[in-house]
Amino acid sequence: MSPFVTLLSRDIRLAARSGGSAALALSFFALVATLMPLGVGADLHLLARIAGGTLWVAAVLAALLSLDRLFQGDFEDGSLDLIALSPLPLELTALAKITAHWLSTGLPLTLLSPLLALLFNLPPPATLMLFVSLLVGTPAVSAVGAIGASLTLSLKRGGLILPLIILPLLSPAVIFGAGAVSLVLDQLGAQNALGLLAAFAFAAVLLSPFAAAASVRLNLGG
Amino acid sequence: MNFEMGMYSVYIWPAYGISAVMLTAATLWTLWTWRRAKTKLAALETRGKAKA
Amino acid sequence: MQFLFRYANPHEFMRLSGRILPFAAIGAALCLCVGLFLGFSAPPDYQQGRTVLILFIHVPAATMAMGVYGAIAVCSLLSLVWRHPLSDIAARAAAPLGALFTVLGLITGSLWGKPMWGTYWVWDARLTSFLLLLFIYLGYMALWNAMEDETRAARATAILALVGAVNIPIIKFSVEWWNTLHQGESIVSGKLAPVFLAPLLLMMAGYGLLFVTLWMIRIRTAILERRARTLMQAN
Repeated sequence: MSPFVTLLSRDIRLAARSGGSAALALSFFALVATLMPLGVGADLHLLARIAGGTLWVAAVLAALLSLDRLFQGDFEDGSLDLIALSPLPLELTALAKITAHWLSTGLPLTLLSPLLALLFNLPPPATLMLFVSLLVGTPAVSAVGAIGASLTLSLKRGGLILPLIILPLLSPAVIFGAGAVSLVLDQLGAQNALGLLAAFAFAAVLLSPFAAAASVRLNLGG
Repeated sequence: MNFEMGMYSVYIWPAYGISAVMLTAATLWTLWTWRRAKTKLAALETRGKAKA
Repeated sequence: MQFLFRYANPHEFMRLSGRILPFAAIGAALCLCVGLFLGFSAPPDYQQGRTVLILFIHVPAATMAMGVYGAIAVCSLLSLVWRHPLSDIAARAAAPLGALFTVLGLITGSLWGKPMWGTYWVWDARLTSFLLLLFIYLGYMALWNAMEDETRAARATAILALVGAVNIPIIKFSVEWWNTLHQGESIVSGKLAPVFLAPLLLMMAGYGLLFVTLWMIRIRTAILERRARTLMQAN
């Protein structure tokens, strides 16, 4: 099996364990989606209007929860040094970890989103757009998140800086993703929004492995 | 110079005031840290010469 | 490039900056004084009335906020790619100043917005991007402070600054797009009457020279602090 796939499946297995990132992210996502109506009131019309933004922000925050451990676990027990020495280029290692993170966090969040959209009284076309936008956009969250994770991997309490670093960088994803949902809600075309989101996600996934690999190298003392 | 602002003075004066205060504070702080670094270095250098 | 590397030597930098500083400081004071005088002598604007006065401190602050980040990005590139020795110090020294300008831009923008649009905060494209820029500055400074190893911190923050630099145009674009989506207010743009151009340019020059002055002093301070640390380790 190629080293890429080995790394990928190992990371997914670690995340999918109970107490791993997948369960945590889903619970957090659902909790925030529950808390919001408690905060703003049960006016279904209002909830439908804020659903796109709320669920997008909640999904980004939920995906964030497990990001600080993306490289840290391997860094602490020395495996990251070994991985860096392996024939697999560090950029592909980063890509494998990004993919594993998305498969274990972003994708499950996307799959749960239609159910939570129900709580917000979001009509079916908008729910579909929410699902599609999260599907397209969450890879960007994992990708940009990996940059933050690799920069802070040597910090003991780096988990606090990570959101500060990457949330501003993720604002385009939230803007385009939630924007697409509002457009559909207003019965306008959302192709532009979706296209912009896809372009952002594509660029993020393409370019972030390089930044992440460079950051890992500098932290390993390379 | 014309200082008549009419109803806008409640916006204009605070804007200028805050800008002046913050820029002055930044300048003073910059000068203070410079002076502190200078004295500290001088003290270390004289101590080093005394030892040598 | 040779020029930049000639002054990469801390001694050379101290010498050169020592000579330039007085001129920069005096220049800043002059520009600011004359600019303010001209600004306050001008008649009220046709559209904005006397609130145009706020523009004289809002636009320079906003421009500097973006300009300083550009300087940090250039220094980060020099530090990472060409291993220019002083540029990491320079970048770190510039950041708090840039953050300060961003805060001033937000405050003056808000105070300008209240008479213009009726509320202290409007989610218009410029103010929103500025708020995000402030967070980017804070994240950059936080990363410098969090990493103990200075060499690693220099490289990590350089990477972060460059990633931010690539991202900022994208953020600006997305915020502007978002603004049109949600019936945004557009900043009263358009031509500024010529009588206001001179004071505005003078104020911008003044802010710029003030930044250069403070930046150079902060770099000099950092060089001295570094020397002090080496001495302490030697003792």
